[in-house]
Amino acid sequence: MNTISDTMTANKSRQAATMQGETSAQDSDTPSLSILMDDRKASRANAAKASAEKLNFWYGSNQALKNINLVIPEHQVSALIGPSGCGKSTFLRCFNRMHDLQADTKYEGAITLRPDNVNLVGPETDPIEVRMRIGMVFQKPNPFPKSVFENVAYGLRLRGVNGRTELAERVEKALRAAAIWDEVKDRLNESALALSGGQMQRVCIARALATDPEILLFDEPTSALDPIATAKIEELITELRSRVTILIVTHNMQQAARVSDFTAFMYLGELVEVDATSKIFTNPSKKATEDYITGRYG
Amino acid sequence: MAATAHLTLEEIRKGLSWRKQLDKAFTVLGLALLFCCLGILAILFFDLVRDGSSRFGWDFFTSFPSRKAENAGILSAAVGTMLIMVVTALVALPLGVAAAIYLEEYAPKNWFTGIIEINVTNLAGVPSIIYGLLALGLFVYQFNFGQSVLTAGLTLALLILPIVIVATRESLRAVPKAIREAAYGLGATRWEVTKDHVLPYSTGGILTGLILGLSRAIGETAPIITIGALSFIAFLPPSPVTGEFPFLNFEWLMSEFTAMPIQMFNWVSRPDQAFQANAAAAGAILLGMTLAMNAVAIWIRYRFRKKISW
Repeated sequence: MNTISDTMTANKSRQAATMQGETSAQDSDTPSLSILMDDRKASRANAAKASAEKLNFWYGSNQALKNINLVIPEHQVSALIGPSGCGKSTFLRCFNRMHDLQADTKYEGAITLRPDNVNLVGPETDPIEVRMRIGMVFQKPNPFPKSVFENVAYGLRLRGVNGRTELAERVEKALRAAAIWDEVKDRLNESALALSGGQMQRVCIARALATDPEILLFDEPTSALDPIATAKIEELITELRSRVTILIVTHNMQQAARVSDFTAFMYLGELVEVDATSKIFTNPSKKATEDYITGRYG
Repeated sequence: MAATAHLTLEEIRKGLSWRKQLDKAFTVLGLALLFCCLGILAILFFDLVRDGSSRFGWDFFTSFPSRKAENAGILSAAVGTMLIMVVTALVALPLGVAAAIYLEEYAPKNWFTGIIEINVTNLAGVPSIIYGLLALGLFVYQFNFGQSVLTAGLTLALLILPIVIVATRESLRAVPKAIREAAYGLGATRWEVTKDHVLPYSTGGILTGLILGLSRAIGETAPIITIGALSFIAFLPPSPVTGEFPFLNFEWLMSEFTAMPIQMFNWVSRPDQAFQANAAAAGAILLGMTLAMNAVAIWIRYRFRKKISW
């Protein structure tokens, strides 16, 4: 038991070291988590699950993301905050290539997924392959107008899972993980549209979890929900981090403070600052971040 | 500035009562115009029913046309119309839906697609007799389909294709982007998104469009006359279902036919007054068929709306 965890720690610090090596090659003022991780105790350091490197993105001729460098630590919740139009959702949607559904968009640079070092935004990478590895939960709950069961099973069916018992098992597992099983176990065959907004959103989370994604993206997942449903989703997000690496966009700073381990502040398409959430909200190092979190604009 | 800006209570009430009267006036005007339209339809229908009342009866439905007005019936015309509608629906549905899916989901947005789209819309405005001429040249003489049920069905399918395409595109477009994103987000391909989600959720709108198209086609006379339908048919096409293996037979496709509007046209143009009653009765039945199809379309739309609400 000890040896295994020792090996894992060693493995993680080796990865952290690699990251640091990469970082030192970049501009010295580039915000990066690896600097931060260096400060933390080695045992708590987390391996990077993905890292954006010099990521630029255009809608037509309009550059929406400018030279973004960010490391997403594994099994942690990273939050993206910033005023409307700052590019946080645009950045999030690069991770599962949602922009490819739209004509006239262009990526440059890389988002490297570890450990196999696939460039998620590379032209050589199939967007469907990317979406099979990285799940997403959207702003407004968007269940299919099908039964609860079929909603959660859909991703599995796409992956060729057709056995009745296997489907049932994995659907149940996903619904349990999304903390909605007890509420829907007797109505699996009812339409998901008959559920409340918060329940729908948790079914959508279950739908994304069912296929065991490597990263789960949340795009303002509670902005259409009431406070009680929001609290449930937030609690769920903090619990889920042990299963999956999470990246969440939110315009609600309290939410970022409550659920995330790391927070990145974006402004006008640039990444201004990234740090441990507690540090960002108590002692940010950039003036722009401080102005935003103290409510001077936004 | 602000102190003098607001109105007194009296001024507010006076202005409001005038504006509310305008509101009422428009309601009355709208209702009046609506009843005008419905009234014309009702008068038309009841006039046909009254004129044809002497002819309604089981015999009218089970008799072939005859030289004697009191013996004549609509059997061959009604059967012909139904068979033509079957061919039309079977051709127009897959072609129209496939074209709409391509245009809506697959086609890149460029000038070429733009031209296709404009022309599909333009096709809906082409006079129906032009379709008849096209069919006469293409189906009757070029393909040698003859003056058959098949030719008539294909012609009417062409005629309603734009209606089906436009209706289908509209119902595909009504599927919210969020639903497509949900499916794409799970790793679905474009075809999987279309067949598992977009198509099933827009079935109601597609079927409604098809039925509205068919109810337009059922009354079309000009194109069917152009391809040379006969008006005196005293036999039925071979039955599509037979007692012997393989139980289906497609000879009816090549059979000569007549249809409801043609039968009606034929009777109207007879000098004998007694045939006018036959024409009126056939007209009432045709109108009834159209209204029934529209009712089915409304019912389908209602059913699907209830099941799927975004």
